[in-house]
Amino acid sequence: MGAGLNGGRTIGDVVLDLQGISLAFGGVQALQEVTFDVREHEIRAIIGPNGAGKSSMLNVINGIYHPQQGTVTFNGVTRHSVNTHKAAVQGIARTFQNIALFKGMSVLDNIMTGRNLRMKSSLLAQALRVGSAEREEMEHREAVERVIDFLEIQAYRRTPVGRLPYGLQKRVDLARALAMEPNLLLLDEPMAGMNVEEKQDMCRFILDVNDQLGTTIVLIEHDMGVVMDISDRVVVLDYGKKIGDGTPAEVRGNQAVIDAYLGISH
Amino acid sequence: MLYRENGQFKTSYRQDQQMLPILQDRIFMGLLLLFVYVGAPFIFSDYFFLSILIPFLILSLAALGLNLLVGYCGQISIGHAAFMSVGAYAAYNLVLRLPQLNFLVVLILAGLIAALVGLLFGIPSLRIRGLYLAVATLAAQFFTDWTFARVKWFTNYAPSGSVSTATIDLFGWHVDSPVRKYLFLLAVVTLFAVLAKNLVRSHIGRAWMAMRDMDVAAEVIGIRPVYAKLTAFGVSSFYVGVAGALWGFVHLGSWEPLAFNITLSLNLLFMIIIGGMGSVLGSFFGAFFIVALPILLNRAPEWIGVDMSTAMVSHLESMIFGSLIVFFLIVEPQGLARLWAIGKEKLRLWPFPH
Amino acid sequence: MRKNFNMIVLGVALMAGLIAPLVTGASSAGFYTEVLLGGLMAGVLYSLVALGFVLIFKASGVFNFAQGAMVLFAALSVARMAEMMPLWAAILLAVGIMVALAFVVERVVLRPLVNQDPVVLLMATLGVTYFLDGFGQTIWGSDIYEINLGIAKEPVMILGNLFEGGILINKDDVAATVAAALLVILLALFFQKTKTGRALRAVADDHLAAQSIGIPLNRIWVIVWSLAGVVALVAGVVWGAKLGVQFSISQVALKALPVVILGGFTSIPGAIVGGLIIGVGEKMAEVFLAPVMVKAFDLAGGGIENWFAYVLALLFLLVLPQGLFGEKHIDRV
Repeated sequence: MGAGLNGGRTIGDVVLDLQGISLAFGGVQALQEVTFDVREHEIRAIIGPNGAGKSSMLNVINGIYHPQQGTVTFNGVTRHSVNTHKAAVQGIARTFQNIALFKGMSVLDNIMTGRNLRMKSSLLAQALRVGSAEREEMEHREAVERVIDFLEIQAYRRTPVGRLPYGLQKRVDLARALAMEPNLLLLDEPMAGMNVEEKQDMCRFILDVNDQLGTTIVLIEHDMGVVMDISDRVVVLDYGKKIGDGTPAEVRGNQAVIDAYLGISH
Repeated sequence: MLYRENGQFKTSYRQDQQMLPILQDRIFMGLLLLFVYVGAPFIFSDYFFLSILIPFLILSLAALGLNLLVGYCGQISIGHAAFMSVGAYAAYNLVLRLPQLNFLVVLILAGLIAALVGLLFGIPSLRIRGLYLAVATLAAQFFTDWTFARVKWFTNYAPSGSVSTATIDLFGWHVDSPVRKYLFLLAVVTLFAVLAKNLVRSHIGRAWMAMRDMDVAAEVIGIRPVYAKLTAFGVSSFYVGVAGALWGFVHLGSWEPLAFNITLSLNLLFMIIIGGMGSVLGSFFGAFFIVALPILLNRAPEWIGVDMSTAMVSHLESMIFGSLIVFFLIVEPQGLARLWAIGKEKLRLWPFPH
Repeated sequence: MRKNFNMIVLGVALMAGLIAPLVTGASSAGFYTEVLLGGLMAGVLYSLVALGFVLIFKASGVFNFAQGAMVLFAALSVARMAEMMPLWAAILLAVGIMVALAFVVERVVLRPLVNQDPVVLLMATLGVTYFLDGFGQTIWGSDIYEINLGIAKEPVMILGNLFEGGILINKDDVAATVAAALLVILLALFFQKTKTGRALRAVADDHLAAQSIGIPLNRIWVIVWSLAGVVALVAGVVWGAKLGVQFSISQVALKALPVVILGGFTSIPGAIVGGLIIGVGEKMAEVFLAPVMVKAFDLAGGGIENWFAYVLALLFLLVLPQGLFGEKHIDRV
């Protein structure tokens, strides 16, 4: 297996480096001294049993949680904790396990919020809808339409997201993240709750994002088949600790990983 | 049959994003505007203007302001009449102390002053939310009540604490008759409604709605919560401040500090609950409802032939208000605006059943 | 930590304000104590209303804006019925009425709105307030009514040998305090020792977990609202006896908001402590601070007590959002 299904794409230098991340809530230790890196243009999977700390790890990367110990280095800048807004500005986008879409808005508007960082017109200009504000709105509408085409959700533009089936909502979540034109995309179980066809579609989209747009992807996923197929490297977490790190093939053969998944007490 | 989009293809994003994309809607709006600007002045009586249309227009503006904050941005405020009073007293003092200013300028300045105060009282929203924020807004209400009653400078040292205003003079056009007041207000309100609609369609509007729906996700996307909340408070208070100035100058003529009390704040809230939160149109529906209902209730006993004391009528009013609020919250939390939208949906199919 | 620093500053400022009148000699020790006691008594009344809030919020997460309306409704019922029957009978009947009211409110208003935003629920209880206001006055009338508890209205002089001239206390204030204390003790016993009480605590902790062990949620909420109704009744009788049954409901309900902010939305001792702090703070501010402000800023009169409670609550909110005794919430994403 090995190199994933993306041929012809060069994996670059380390773009995200996590050193000794420890995170605790009250008495619960979510992460313990986790260290790994992510290289540019690669697809890095984080796997592990439930409660292993995978979502917490993503939350640390984009600043929703602040670790008690450890550093996060992104694009050469090292920090003890990440500021969520700065993370967005620097090009980190993410999707959520529980689809954090804005239920009161349509699909189009949801994806348009992804462009908010880049929309600069003043309050007054927006109120009066003068030339510059109008042009800005159109320009970003075009960018969003490109994402909509890419993810094939044209038919649902005006639908309130609350009315869409689960699989489509997940796609809109991805679209909103893509609208930010991120350098680093964090996907939290993008295929959870999907049937086989939906999963194939989502895999295809993820690979396309990585291949055509060159986006670095960090992905939490439970489906081992998917992980083995599309990822370049894998990190395995269990009870907040890293127990495996390497290519899919290497990780698959790792005894500690097998034990963790088979539930052998350790 | 009538209300179909057949053949109305949009060939540019500009066309797609316009305020009224459906042709029939544009025609309807055109006719409506024609009627309210040209037809109404000749049709309605002075009484109708004074007791229904004028308060309706001003309160719609206030409801619109509150809706921007509560309905679009999701920040609760149960003391919003405080900002109306700030606008009213600001306008009064500006006219008093800088009489050379044109009233339109006064109106804008009054709105800006109210916006500043609103920003100040909006600062707690950066750290607290929901019920706790409601208490903070109550502080605004009672504190401004007290300030305008006690700090004599604001009322120009009037012994009774009341202030009164002169007729508005716009470049020689005196806003004195009911029809003139109506037209003046209509112009202001249409302008502000268009501005509001533009705001909610733009990125700031989306930022507000994102804060309302899921603020953690909004932050992750790069929306700054501080900017979103404070602009919501600011713009909302601006609208409400202008409405307050208009309420004092055009509708009341003279007022005491308690004219902008908690009852008014709660009424504003009811307007947007019943009318529809997060909807510009809903603000108008709600305002009309709240203005018309008491009058209807006052007249209804006569029409039915039942005898009721005024106290009884006001109790009945309370009961009906209360039940309607509960009713709307349970049955149609998006208010009359949603019922209107459902009506339009049905109209698309008409005369076919489905 | 910055948070603790803010708390300390607030605490010190409050304490300073509290003893300032004594220290600066602006008032005699006797008068000061009188005002202090008066504030405490007023605080007891607030606590009684706040207790009802806390009960309901604890068990169902609903902020019952209508609590004030319930107080007024209960007071009206007792006052009017007492015109036709002995007081104790009127009170007993009123208990029944409040329980029935609880049933209706739970069924008609709460059950359909069960999973909504707290703000939606707040607005629903606002609707209930308006309804109850109109309904109560329709049935019972809108004049000022009296509740005669048989307690003398003239104030009593105590501690004449400690302070010069003695201190004036109202007997009905004392009665209120006694009633409140009894109520709190009874409630505490109820929650700790009875099966229903334990079930209520379970529900307050975690609805879903309580349901999964078979606690009937709907019945619990009826019980809680009935309890709150009884508390409202006690508050109503006490307030009504002291002031006459005619107070504006808005004021009553709204003043209790700062009380629960200070004390914490889910804490019974918090409601008591919060009420006392607000009561004392308000009285002190009005008696000692207002004259100073009137002189300094040339104000047209005092009236600080209209907003003092809310501003105090606001300060507390910024420094100690969960209140003195409330629980902290951690949101997980």
